[in-house]
Amino acid sequence: MMPLVDSVHVLILVTCLLLLGSSRLGACIRTVAIQGIVAGGVLPWVSSLHISMQLLFTGVFVMALKGIVFPVLLSRAMREASASREMSPFVGYGTSLMAGVLFFLASLWLGAKLPTPDGVSGLAVPTACMMVSTGLFLIIARRLAVTQVIGYIVVENGIYALGLAVAHDIPVLVELGAMLDAFVAVFVMGIAIFHINREFDHMDSGRLNVLKG
Amino acid sequence: MNLILASLAVLLAGSTLCLLVPPGGKRAGILGPAIAVLGSVLGIVPALDAMVGAATWQASLPWVIPAGSLAVGMDALSGFFAFVILTVSALAAVYGHAYLSRTGTARRVSASWFMFNVLVGSMLLVVVARNAVLFLLAWELMSLASFFLVMFDGEKREVRRAGWIYLAATHFGTAFLLVLFGLLGIRSGTFDFSGFSALRPEPVFAGAAFILAVIGFGTKAGLVPLHVWLPEAHPAAPSHVSAVMSGVMIKTGIYGLLRFSTFLGAPMPWWGWTLMGAGVLSGLLGILSALAQRDMKRLLAFSSVENMGIVAMGLGFGFLGISRGSFALAFLGFAGALMHVFNHAVFKSLLFMGAGSVLHAAGTVQLDRLGGLSKSMPVTACAFMVGAAAICGLPPLNGFLGEFLLYRASLGAIAGSGAFAGMEGAGLVLLVSLAMVGGLAVACFTKVMGVVFLGEPRDGTAAQAHECPMAMRLPMMVLAAICLLAGISAVLLPGFVEPAVRCVVSGPDAVALAALSLPEGVFSWTAGAGATVLLAAAALYLLRNALLSRRRVDSAVTWDCGYAAPASRMQYTSSSFSAPIVRQFHAVVRTDTTATRLSGLFPSGASFSSEARDVWREHFYAPLFKLFTAMSARARGLQHGRLNLYILYIVLALVALLAWKLR
Repeated sequence: MMPLVDSVHVLILVTCLLLLGSSRLGACIRTVAIQGIVAGGVLPWVSSLHISMQLLFTGVFVMALKGIVFPVLLSRAMREASASREMSPFVGYGTSLMAGVLFFLASLWLGAKLPTPDGVSGLAVPTACMMVSTGLFLIIARRLAVTQVIGYIVVENGIYALGLAVAHDIPVLVELGAMLDAFVAVFVMGIAIFHINREFDHMDSGRLNVLKG
Repeated sequence: MNLILASLAVLLAGSTLCLLVPPGGKRAGILGPAIAVLGSVLGIVPALDAMVGAATWQASLPWVIPAGSLAVGMDALSGFFAFVILTVSALAAVYGHAYLSRTGTARRVSASWFMFNVLVGSMLLVVVARNAVLFLLAWELMSLASFFLVMFDGEKREVRRAGWIYLAATHFGTAFLLVLFGLLGIRSGTFDFSGFSALRPEPVFAGAAFILAVIGFGTKAGLVPLHVWLPEAHPAAPSHVSAVMSGVMIKTGIYGLLRFSTFLGAPMPWWGWTLMGAGVLSGLLGILSALAQRDMKRLLAFSSVENMGIVAMGLGFGFLGISRGSFALAFLGFAGALMHVFNHAVFKSLLFMGAGSVLHAAGTVQLDRLGGLSKSMPVTACAFMVGAAAICGLPPLNGFLGEFLLYRASLGAIAGSGAFAGMEGAGLVLLVSLAMVGGLAVACFTKVMGVVFLGEPRDGTAAQAHECPMAMRLPMMVLAAICLLAGISAVLLPGFVEPAVRCVVSGPDAVALAALSLPEGVFSWTAGAGATVLLAAAALYLLRNALLSRRRVDSAVTWDCGYAAPASRMQYTSSSFSAPIVRQFHAVVRTDTTATRLSGLFPSGASFSSEARDVWREHFYAPLFKLFTAMSARARGLQHGRLNLYILYIVLALVALLAWKLR
């Protein structure tokens, strides 16, 4: 048992469930910011035995981006769209929470199946899987573009955590690549939300299918 | 060898030059054909050399293409087809120079010439390729280039439709070729043709490969029932492109069939019967549909189907001959087919150019709006008449030679003695269908010639028609001259196809067989007779002039018929001319007619119109595609436009893969 590391993992799991159960966009943005700081910045420090300059630098960078830049951009998008809560998601919040529990069980099963390297917490792989599946679920089950962006960020956090758990030194590269994707996604979504909102007076991506030919 | 490669390089690399000049300018219209002519002329001489069996070579160029090698080669068979391709393409390029510069759509001329050169280059590459991957690349390049050429007038709805039908059909054929090449490649462990020919496949494998080849190459050759694209695409293309496509491009299908049949070992009788069946079907349906058409270019396209049918009959007879061990008959069948390939390339491109000139002069190729053009376009009319007579297989011209070889094969088989024994049934089928197709072809081209060039103009635009410019007349005159010269110098021609046939039939002692199966005396006799007929015609013409020289010559309207006020509407229309024949074949050629009957003592108005229908398209392809559409409509439920669910599909697929891996 590694109390410190495991409690960080549990914190992350809690943020996942919060994201699944919350309809308020502001709360979701704050939660994902916390999750980003914890998963991207704190987790590498507490789980690594020796802190290198590289790790330090990436950690600061990631925390700045996920803790400050993304939330600010998302909040602005939210304000521009003048939406404060997700009214009618494709999947309801109670069901989402139940799904979250199922995801957790599946993640535990997956964690048992996947080989975990020595010196890594047993919770590391399940937590990462939980984040990935939560993120994908948010993308699929939520109607608003802002929530879907949040889903993307959660997926990205999960990929990073998984990389950290199973491959110690590669994560910097993986993280930077995945983060670039997420960053682009945030920007594109921000622009898209702005335009969708301006053209259609809503940002309901579920109604975009009337555009298909 | 170097000249062929140089020709390829000029055509393929030079084509990009066309894109560098201003797209609609005069320079594009000169540069494009110049490159095509230069490239073709470079290649013609070595192709001719190889065709007569003097220069065969094989080389592997030091360059890598994915999964293949740049193996090229030249033998008599390749040489024969390369010669046909380059000759017709060069003439078509000269014709196209004038044709494109006058049609008014100047903006895409450079792109069109780029595609034209790519088309010629890729056709040449198809016949010299000695590697399946290279062959397929060239084949695909050829299909795409011709697709873009067909789409030249893409702003017209029917042209776009024709283009898409062509693209779909050609890829349907290519799909079968892919499977064929894959099978052969797996079997022999290489994609080089040298590896393929070392293959000695067992009957089941060879039979499957043969079926794939017939469907794949038959689609390109336009054999019924795979011909649907041909009457759509050829009329839609600019006329010089139609000339190249109908004249030579569809022949690459015949080349492919011949080339790949050499890899499959000894043919079985059913191969021959299959090809002969497809040939008879194509020949009869093609010419009957042609007879019913009212659009000149469409009619010519259907006639191409018919002629490819004749070629297929010859090939089928040849395969049957090999399988029965009658090499003499096989030799005659293949020689007749190849001869007809050459002849058809010459006269069909001539006829398409003639149709292009008519379109150019009168603005339409609708038969019922034309008429009397021989007065305003004497050169075109004369050249077209030569082509029409040649396509009917009339003796002094080249069309006669190929059909004569086939007739001789069938008669020899029916007589069934000595080297010709054992194929009486096939001979009978060949004889009857050839005779029937030939007779209908005469009716068909009499109709075109009569309706378009004789009589009186039916329409104002036809009345104001004018002769086309020199650059369009010259290629037609050259092609007409080839028709005539090839027909008269018949003695030489068997020597031209003989080495190519040897590539396909390897008889026990081929030299003796050649002497046996190509009776040169007959050819000198026909050549002599042809020359006599021509001389007699010339003498009669001179005699007429001499008799009329000191008399008064009146000219009157053509269709007078003793009426006081003759009108051009009294003439036979194209459909009324062909109606008696078409009506007899009602079962296979349908025409819709709408008529208002006359009534009362002083009838006021009456009308009649008829339209030929494509039976295959309506009763075979339309239901088939409807079925496909219905089947794919069910899958449309998956395409609902909801992004979330698309992502869900991806997630589900990934999870399934993960679970499958971890199970």
